[in-house]
Amino acid sequence: MKKKNPIQAFFASVKLTLFVLFMLAILSIIGTVVPQNKPAEFYVEVYGANMAGLFQTLDVPDMYSSWWFTGLLILLSLNMVVCILERFPNAWRLITMDNLQMKLQKLERMGRRGLFSSNMSVSKTTEVLKDIFARNGWKFQQKSQDDGTLLFSQKGTWSRLGVYAFHASILIIFVGAMIGSFWGYKAGVRIPETTSTDTVYEFGTNKPIKLDFEVKCKRFKLTYYETGMPKEFRSELAIIENGKEVLAKSIVVNDPLSYKGLTFYQSSYEAYQKLLVTLKNNETGVGKEFLIPPGEEIPWAEEKVSFGVINKQMTATPGHFRYKIWFNDNNGEAGNFWMEEDSTSTFQRPQATYTITLKEFFATGLQVTKDPGVWCVYFGCILMILSLIVAFFFSHRRIWLYVSESGQGSRILMSGSANKNKVGFDKTFAALTESIQENEYMEAVSGQ
Amino acid sequence: MNSSQLLGVSTLGFLLASMLYIGALIFRAKTASLVASILTLLTFLVLTGGIGLRWNESYQMGFGHAPLSNMYESLVFFAWSIVIFYLILEFKFKNRILGAFAIPFAFVSMAYASFAKGINQQIAPLIPALQSNWLIAHVMTCFVGYAAFAVACGLGVMYLLKSDGKKEKTTGLIGTLPALKIIDDIIHKTIVFGFLWLSVGIITGAIWANSAWGTYWSWDPKETWSLITWFVYAATLHARFTRGWTGKRIAWLAIIGFISVIFTYFGVNFLLAGLHSYGSS
Ligand code: HEM
Repeated sequence: MKKKNPIQAFFASVKLTLFVLFMLAILSIIGTVVPQNKPAEFYVEVYGANMAGLFQTLDVPDMYSSWWFTGLLILLSLNMVVCILERFPNAWRLITMDNLQMKLQKLERMGRRGLFSSNMSVSKTTEVLKDIFARNGWKFQQKSQDDGTLLFSQKGTWSRLGVYAFHASILIIFVGAMIGSFWGYKAGVRIPETTSTDTVYEFGTNKPIKLDFEVKCKRFKLTYYETGMPKEFRSELAIIENGKEVLAKSIVVNDPLSYKGLTFYQSSYEAYQKLLVTLKNNETGVGKEFLIPPGEEIPWAEEKVSFGVINKQMTATPGHFRYKIWFNDNNGEAGNFWMEEDSTSTFQRPQATYTITLKEFFATGLQVTKDPGVWCVYFGCILMILSLIVAFFFSHRRIWLYVSESGQGSRILMSGSANKNKVGFDKTFAALTESIQENEYMEAVSGQ
Repeated sequence: MNSSQLLGVSTLGFLLASMLYIGALIFRAKTASLVASILTLLTFLVLTGGIGLRWNESYQMGFGHAPLSNMYESLVFFAWSIVIFYLILEFKFKNRILGAFAIPFAFVSMAYASFAKGINQQIAPLIPALQSNWLIAHVMTCFVGYAAFAVACGLGVMYLLKSDGKKEKTTGLIGTLPALKIIDDIIHKTIVFGFLWLSVGIITGAIWANSAWGTYWSWDPKETWSLITWFVYAATLHARFTRGWTGKRIAWLAIIGFISVIFTYFGVNFLLAGLHSYGSS
């Protein structure tokens, strides 16, 4: 063994890993007990001025991005990288080595071995053995050695990479998180129905960020369960670029809209004491959209019409209302009628029929996220799961058969090794021993 | 017949089965342990039926969703996972004594769900944030992991009972427990299994958070505690794989790890506030 320099030895040690993992576990607790990212006054109020001062010095109010927590994560990464680099060459050697170069003396001493005799010649025995093993999925390479033939077969060779891929996946997730925090942002925006915007506001700083397209909220809809609990927040969004609608999607919580690296999430809403009404004269085909406060007379000058909403009642469905509409087009007497929100009704006047729709007016609250690292994180996650399965449940198993001349027939030495799950390998080995013995021309001399 | 009756019967079934397993251990009664196993299997079927029925009932109430949406339902699913995990273990290792250290966890979980104050058993519709298939995947995978950790903890206790300094107690009641080497091996395999599922659980949770809020990780107390649990088991695996820890130290780590699981599950809901606080009702 080469002598390592002390710094490398420090970073390559698994004792350090255990220490860092336990430290991370213990220190992480702080941030779950002390509420994070509250205004400074909060800490003074709850913990007193002295304690609050100490907290601020040690970055406790934002501990997961503090220098010491980040430092611990960097230490973990360094430890992992050095440790992997140190061990990987050996693993790679074991994966790529030519196992037919294995010394015969080593095979004679291997942990799992069995000795058999055969009445057949070396070449015939070799063929029969290959046949038996092929039935169990073992394919052999072979080579002549001394006065016999050496056969080698292995399974799960690449599973040796599992543990390296797993640790790499942690690093890949870290890289993804870093990409996100350097080149991404989180922002919010409130868009009243029927309007659009090209500016969002960064969380925390409230700094405006201009997008190179516009987002429009065509409609926002809130529905309730019968119990009165909110059931769904739905925004009909559209992306408008150069005055043209290029994409439309109806989003709900858990189903956002993505466009050009930005993702728009339904996060809140705001209700106004206003109603959104569309009126259409079915004779002329002329229609118009109005945003009106209840209880006021609203003129529609072009059509010489005036109307208003004069009453409101809850319907049998919780959170769902009906409204009383007053309408006058100076042809006959002014009329009034009830209609439910989010519905359309058509009514007859002496000179024309009109269609009216009505809904409460909302602004949708969207969270806007730009995270160019998220694919890196997801890739790391998939790699993590696959590599864990490989690392935990697959092992590298190797079997050698050395067939040599012995009197009238041949002598067979079977040796094997597995890097993990030795109990499982013992069973495999025993089964193979069994199937050799089943052949009428071969029998066990000794087994181990 | 409705789901709450079936779930009530299951609670009783696991109580009886626990007593039979423990009785079988104390009195070395082979028949009792066989009866315990059969009873556990039957109760498991009743419980499965109860969960299925509850699922169906939620559809009849007009807002169908998988029964994994609140504390009550997750406790019931926790019990279900412990039992199926245990039954597989019993079948695989052909050992019924393990039941005395596993089925009581299922009973406690059911009993706690049924009788603890502040746990709402009503089937309620889902608020918008919870309407996601990722949530179902998240809860199921986490709880399969937690179930394995519960059993590992039970086995850890068993190990500590059996070990006697550097030796193994071979006389008396404790002497009938499986050999230390076997317990140690099962603890390790169980932790490996749980670690894999917990990893998938944390990942599916992150994907869910990202699809609902645009943030896959926000260091809220529940997330952080699940990560703490993950660190504890990762340290345990390293200690074993690379430093050769076995036996008592791993048994203790199995117990410490499970304490961390319990805290992730209850402590965070009841003692700390956060994103996941809806889970407390
Ligand atoms: C601090 C950095 C880390 C170092 C230096 C490190 C080092 C190692 C080493 C040397 C092994 C044994 C590999 C072998 O079989 O030859 C190992 C295995 C393992 N590590 Fe890490 N590790 C680190 C961090 C982590 C973390 C953070 C996790 C997960 C939370 C983790 C999970 C695992 C698992 C599950 C195994 C077992 C795989 C197996 O052999 O079956 N490691 N680690």
